[in-house]
Amino acid sequence: MERNLVLVALFAALIAALGLIPRITLGSGIPITAQSMGIMLCGTVLGARRGALAVLLFLGLVALGLPLLAGGRGGLGVFTTPWAGFLFGFPVAAYVTGMVVERVRTGNLNMVAAIASVVGGIGGLYLVAIPYYMIMKPAGLTEALVTAMAPFMPGDLIKAVLAGLITAAIYKARPSAVLSRA
Amino acid sequence: MISLTSPIKTPFHKIPAGVKLGLLSLFTASLFLSETLTMHVGAVALTVAFYLIGGVAFAKSGFKMLKPLWPFLAIIMLWHVVTDTTPAGVLITLKLVAAVGMANLVTMTTRLDEMIVVLEWLMTPLRKLGVRTGAVSIAIALVVRFTPVLAQKATYLGQSWKARSPKRAGWRIVAPFALLAIDDAEHVAEALRARGGIRDETGA
Repeated sequence: MERNLVLVALFAALIAALGLIPRITLGSGIPITAQSMGIMLCGTVLGARRGALAVLLFLGLVALGLPLLAGGRGGLGVFTTPWAGFLFGFPVAAYVTGMVVERVRTGNLNMVAAIASVVGGIGGLYLVAIPYYMIMKPAGLTEALVTAMAPFMPGDLIKAVLAGLITAAIYKARPSAVLSRA
Repeated sequence: MISLTSPIKTPFHKIPAGVKLGLLSLFTASLFLSETLTMHVGAVALTVAFYLIGGVAFAKSGFKMLKPLWPFLAIIMLWHVVTDTTPAGVLITLKLVAAVGMANLVTMTTRLDEMIVVLEWLMTPLRKLGVRTGAVSIAIALVVRFTPVLAQKATYLGQSWKARSPKRAGWRIVAPFALLAIDDAEHVAEALRARGGIRDETGA
């Protein structure tokens, strides 16, 4: 009980801290925030249920007024934009990512976690974010895809690959902490 | 940790958090249901007026909190200009400025502990259903305490990387960073267990 609760809480803090540290710039000069990679890691490391709980905890604190989103954003205002679907999609993303890692037991973890991150962290996320944007903005599908999805796609794919590498590294060092495989 | 609550005292600080949140929900819902330009301009004017009640300095810091919104609004406006639907673009821009501005106003005038009290009240039905909501309060405290601790550790990791390489650390420090968090979690869990573990105040 204590261990799981603390792991969930510390991963919520990890998502926050990943938003606080300076942005990661890739070799090609594309700046990405590490925060959405934190969402993927919650799923790949903690598994579906606990990963989603960590993300919910993180979002709860953002709503209560802590500036934990990348760039020091937070408060209730971030939940009232048409892009809030990305925030509401975060727990779904972590859940689906975790579910894939829990289900697919064969193959190396690096590969499985990367694929899970694509399925959950990108597929699951946009499955919530795009319809939400279409309803709240309101916008057509093309508009939503062009203005809310296309700009983030390259960065998201890179993050999924990195999430796979990082998950494998964590598993190598602390196998017992990777609850999705425990 | 520094929350987004404004240190500049306004009359809004005295209004109970639950009342503010209720009014905010009403305001946002009616804003999203309305379609006339007059309503939207009125909503923005009301928001600006509320900020000015707090004084010019308060209004300025409120305006600063809207800064991340501008690039997104620029994309929206661009889309509407290109697709020849500029009036709709203006309407959505006004809607967003009012909705986000008003929500930020509540955040800026409500302390974290007041918000947590509202959250605990909202969780009452869950507690009656047997959910251990006491764990939620402990988890919140842990996150609030450990976010700056982990951010500090990430900074140290970045510095030790820089001491060895001319390049920036980048993603390679994320794995050791996550391991630090995991090790911290093990220690904290042990400390919690040693002090009697997490008990639920309802005894459920």
